[in-house]
Amino acid sequence: MSESAVEFQHVSLRFRIFAEQGINSFKEWAIRWITRRVRYRELVALSDVSFSVAAGHTVGIVGHNGAGKSTLLRVAAGILRPTGGTAIVRGRQAPVIELGLGFEAELSGRENIYFNGALLGRSPAEMEQRLEEIVAFADLHEFIDQPIRTYSTGMVARLAFAVATTVDAQILLLDEVLAVGDASFRIKCQDRLSAFRDAGVAILLVTHDLDAVETICDEALWLDKGVVRAFGSAPEIVARYKESVAEGPTVGGAIESTTFQG
Amino acid sequence: MHSTSVPVLVNSADEKLSAIKEIRDLVAHRDLLWNLVRRDLTVRYKRSMIGFFWTMLNPLLTMMILTVVFSTIFRFEGIENFPTYFLSAYLVFGFFAQTTNQSMASLSWNGALMKRVRVPKSIFAVSTTLSGLVNLFLAYIPLFFIMLATGAPICLTVLYLPISFLLIAMFTLGVSLMLSALAVYFEDIQHMYQVVTIGLMYMTPIIYPISIVPYKWLWVIRINPLTHLVKLARDPVYGCTLPGQHVILASSAAAVIALVVGWVVFHRLARGFYLHV
Repeated sequence: MSESAVEFQHVSLRFRIFAEQGINSFKEWAIRWITRRVRYRELVALSDVSFSVAAGHTVGIVGHNGAGKSTLLRVAAGILRPTGGTAIVRGRQAPVIELGLGFEAELSGRENIYFNGALLGRSPAEMEQRLEEIVAFADLHEFIDQPIRTYSTGMVARLAFAVATTVDAQILLLDEVLAVGDASFRIKCQDRLSAFRDAGVAILLVTHDLDAVETICDEALWLDKGVVRAFGSAPEIVARYKESVAEGPTVGGAIESTTFQG
Repeated sequence: MHSTSVPVLVNSADEKLSAIKEIRDLVAHRDLLWNLVRRDLTVRYKRSMIGFFWTMLNPLLTMMILTVVFSTIFRFEGIENFPTYFLSAYLVFGFFAQTTNQSMASLSWNGALMKRVRVPKSIFAVSTTLSGLVNLFLAYIPLFFIMLATGAPICLTVLYLPISFLLIAMFTLGVSLMLSALAVYFEDIQHMYQVVTIGLMYMTPIIYPISIVPYKWLWVIRINPLTHLVKLARDPVYGCTLPGQHVILASSAAAVIALVVGWVVFHRLARGFYLHV
């Protein structure tokens, strides 16, 4: 097997935050700093996370809210740098952390396609080539030169999904994006995902839709409070996760937080 | 933009998060930079047909008010062509004040963007500075009309202006980087800075000639980097002279120091942006 598209080796991510709530004014901070009362707390978002995604594989990430799923995706997207361990991503990625990112209400659908493309690191020439395909997929022919503020929520979501996925990419990072549009559009999305997979694209998918994980994903990663609880074949992990949810609140895992003076 | 062989796009073990890497990253994101500048300008001008003329109108009206005030009420002896004297400095100060204030807002506005795509975080300060520069160039058009109308001489020394603009832009970008990073952490910085801006305006010889400053306070004016930067832009327009050596030296030093300090502060604080925006 060739090198994995996404590889996490013992990835940890810690944040240092103010221990007291509400130090968001300079005045407050300055007074505390002078009186030596600025306290920090360590927040552990990810702790020793290791896994990999092979080309053409789809990995689903499951876990409770606040388990670190989106954080993990952001590390893979290069938005956050881990404080420990190594995260390697081989290939061009299309991150879809939130649909409709950076859409400007005053600009037309067409202008927004170019702007969104630029955000994802795509050149205008590349977007021009793909324009027809994007408009067709989003089914927005008559509206493409209207300002986005005249669009319905569903139209915006369709356009966003189309822009994000009509690009050359070897890695797709999806955060809760399957739930957009009506049933027929959802089927279109799932078809597109399978097409990507057949083309050898690695997909990292964060979702609460466990059925989708079972049907779409090859493997699943179960995160609990920043720690990997299990990693393995999707049906097996989903079954174990469901079992634990049925049992009630989870025990174990660790968000350590230590207070110290800085 | 990317090679066809599979490049390693993200490797967290790669520790070289230096200024050079950031610049390379900005160049790689030049399409986004261009889009951000264009968005700034279109959102500003699109709303009204007279949008473009508004930029022309604003200095014209300001000039009229200040000319009336300072040539009839407060009078400084020995300033000929007061409108040109004032505007040739006020325009660049306005660029500095507006850009620094806007970058603070723009980094917070674009926080959602930063959380969801990987972009060089300094791109917002850079794009705000660039669109400010476009506006600055445009503002010189009415100035030259005013000079023609008031009979002020226009000399070839104005060709020096791009060099002045470059140094002023570097200084402005440095200050913007620092302030915008702090504004992410502390909401009140923006309000405090608005007051500072007014103070800076009067600490800089823009309305008054430096000759009226009492000797005792001259050092305050001299340590203000804007005094030199403003002179760098005023001399070629108002005085018909190239700026003197010490003005160029002081301005260059201010530009470089601001940029280095601004970058260091920005870079140190950037790691925590994620939790604060």
